Amino acid sequence: MIRPHRRHPLWFAYLLHRVSGLALALFLPIHFYVLALALTDPSGLDGFLRWTEHPLVKLVEFGLVFLLAVHFFGGLRLLALELLPWSPRQKSLAAGAVAGAFGVSTVFLLNAL
Amino acid sequence: MLEQSILATSVWRGDAEGGEFQRFEVPRRDSQTVLDVVTHIQQELDPSLAYRFACRVGMCGSCAMMVNGVPRWTCRTHVSKVSGNVSGGGGELQIAPLRNLPVIRDLVVDMAPFFDKWTAAEGVFRPSETRAAPMAKVQPGSPARAAANAGIECINCAVCYAACDVVAGNTDYLGPAALNRAWTLVNDARDGGQAERIDAVSSEGGCHNCHSMGSCAQFCPNALNPTAAIAGLKRETVKAKLGWRR
Ligand code: SF4
Ligand code: SF4
Ligand code: FES
Repeated sequence: MIRPHRRHPLWFAYLLHRVSGLALALFLPIHFYVLALALTDPSGLDGFLRWTEHPLVKLVEFGLVFLLAVHFFGGLRLLALELLPWSPRQKSLAAGAVAGAFGVSTVFLLNAL
Repeated sequence: MLEQSILATSVWRGDAEGGEFQRFEVPRRDSQTVLDVVTHIQQELDPSLAYRFACRVGMCGSCAMMVNGVPRWTCRTHVSKVSGNVSGGGGELQIAPLRNLPVIRDLVVDMAPFFDKWTAAEGVFRPSETRAAPMAKVQPGSPARAAANAGIECINCAVCYAACDVVAGNTDYLGPAALNRAWTLVNDARDGGQAERIDAVSSEGGCHNCHSMGSCAQFCPNALNPTAAIAGLKRETVKAKLGWRR
């Protein structure tokens, strides 16, 4: 359970940034492995690519794109927070980062289906 | 109706070795503050309860405690705001010593580490002139003065320090209040210790540990924003590194 002193928007933004970063880091080795298949085992890669046509895999990809986008937009917010003059609209900006990431990943999903 | 209802209160009892919550039943009153509840327990139910307060009007910063898991100034926190509404109508309250500081006894924590960090963050004014010099002129509307103004009403209550998860994970981290203090001095045109201060706040326990999660600003009872102050310090340390600071 999330402890009471953590239940506010910017703490959730912090959590989301951490979790998305961690998930992406765990995903990277798989990503590189699949890329490497293009050189080492092209037929294996073709098999894998056929497998990714499955709608369920598309849904997982949607999640992946969301994580990537939310980490990207959230990172931009933090860079701006630390390097540009302070903006008091941090909660709106964090909400905007989530909304933007959701938009990007939804467009991706609609294109993929 | 309020007059008869009872507030089920758990108060943490113990010392640095450990402890546990003890239950008390406190009569619920109109306009009752959390500090009123603690005082009632100490005066009427158990005189051995240790707690700390002084001004009772939100000036001195000595009465902060964890109230239902959230750090608050207890003298200005109304029970009605925090007790929830459980059966019996009286509500429920859990009161514990401030987080992130060593407990001395019951609700009293040792504030020494908190204040030591103010010193470590160069939170001391270093005059650049002698007292014989004429009064320094500071334009009230200048950006630096406005930035300092935003941070100077700190009452040293350590609510922000208790709310900060980075302090919890890293005992060397200077914490929101000390860094907020340093930021007010960075914006003080009369101060002559800026180079040392920038060094101090960019040291190992300094401003770059902050994850900008904003719990300090969320709970500061005086509505200060240490997150913004620390962001300002980060900018200044980057400028100093690039040689852009005078
Ligand atoms: S913004 Fe920084 S100082 Fe404030 S609670 Fe978060 S980590 Fe701590
Ligand atoms: S910044 Fe706010 S919460 Fe922190 S010590 Fe000062 S008054 Fe208390
Ligand atoms: S008793 Fe002084 S601030 Fe609460």
